Amino acid sequence: MTEQIFFFVFAILAVGSAIAVVSLRNPVHSVISLMVCFLQMAALFVMLRAPFIAVVQVFVYVGAVLVLFLFVIMMLDVAKAGMERFVSGGQLWVIALLGVLFIEMVLIVSRSRLAAVTAPAAGRLTGTVREIGEALFTKYILPFEVVSLILLVALLGAIVLGRKELR
Amino acid sequence: MVPLSWYLILSALLFIIGTAGVLLRRNILIVLMSVELILNSVNINLVAFSYFLQDLRGQIFSIFVITIAAAEVAIALGILIALVRNKAALNVDEIQTMKG
Repeated sequence: MTEQIFFFVFAILAVGSAIAVVSLRNPVHSVISLMVCFLQMAALFVMLRAPFIAVVQVFVYVGAVLVLFLFVIMMLDVAKAGMERFVSGGQLWVIALLGVLFIEMVLIVSRSRLAAVTAPAAGRLTGTVREIGEALFTKYILPFEVVSLILLVALLGAIVLGRKELR
Repeated sequence: MVPLSWYLILSALLFIIGTAGVLLRRNILIVLMSVELILNSVNINLVAFSYFLQDLRGQIFSIFVITIAAAEVAIALGILIALVRNKAALNVDEIQTMKG
């Protein structure tokens, strides 16, 4: 019961701050709302017994990605260029389409066998970092190396794109 | 005990909100933030399935998703800086430089 109350608190905060991200006028306010949303998601990961993912979420998203967003907003002249809101009119069909999509997803989830699952399967996951590390460095070593290569390429790409003259 | 379907519906709701941000907003910074929101809602799905099926693969996959999202943001913001340096435009409708 307590767990359900905590879930509702985190879920309502996450959805509310997500709506704020999409609808606020100032991009700085959007970044702060996105930070709130990501922290709620980290709390949900803790509730799902994945503390390592929660810590990575806080480190990578709140610590790196959102600070990068704030840096870029600081470098750009947001005051004149960025302060525009929704396009006026003619976009109602998008909202209707998204509503239909959401109803469809909810129907799929509630009609399937997944709706009956309330407790985790009898399992062997302990939720420690140790088993994630063992899986990552033995069974998933090839994807791990590929991801490190992708990060290196992204680093080089960001440096090349950020140079003064782009020839 | 929180049922699995609650997590799935929360994730679907966040996905829809992120998609609405991508489709409705014209500010490219907000569009990028909405893409982050979409990726995170998928992460909730992966970790929820990992917990309820007691299978580690969901968590491993979500670590990879987080990493790729970080790389994507670095590249996207680099492109954004280069775009703004050449022509000050934050509106996605005005960015057509790479169009053939």
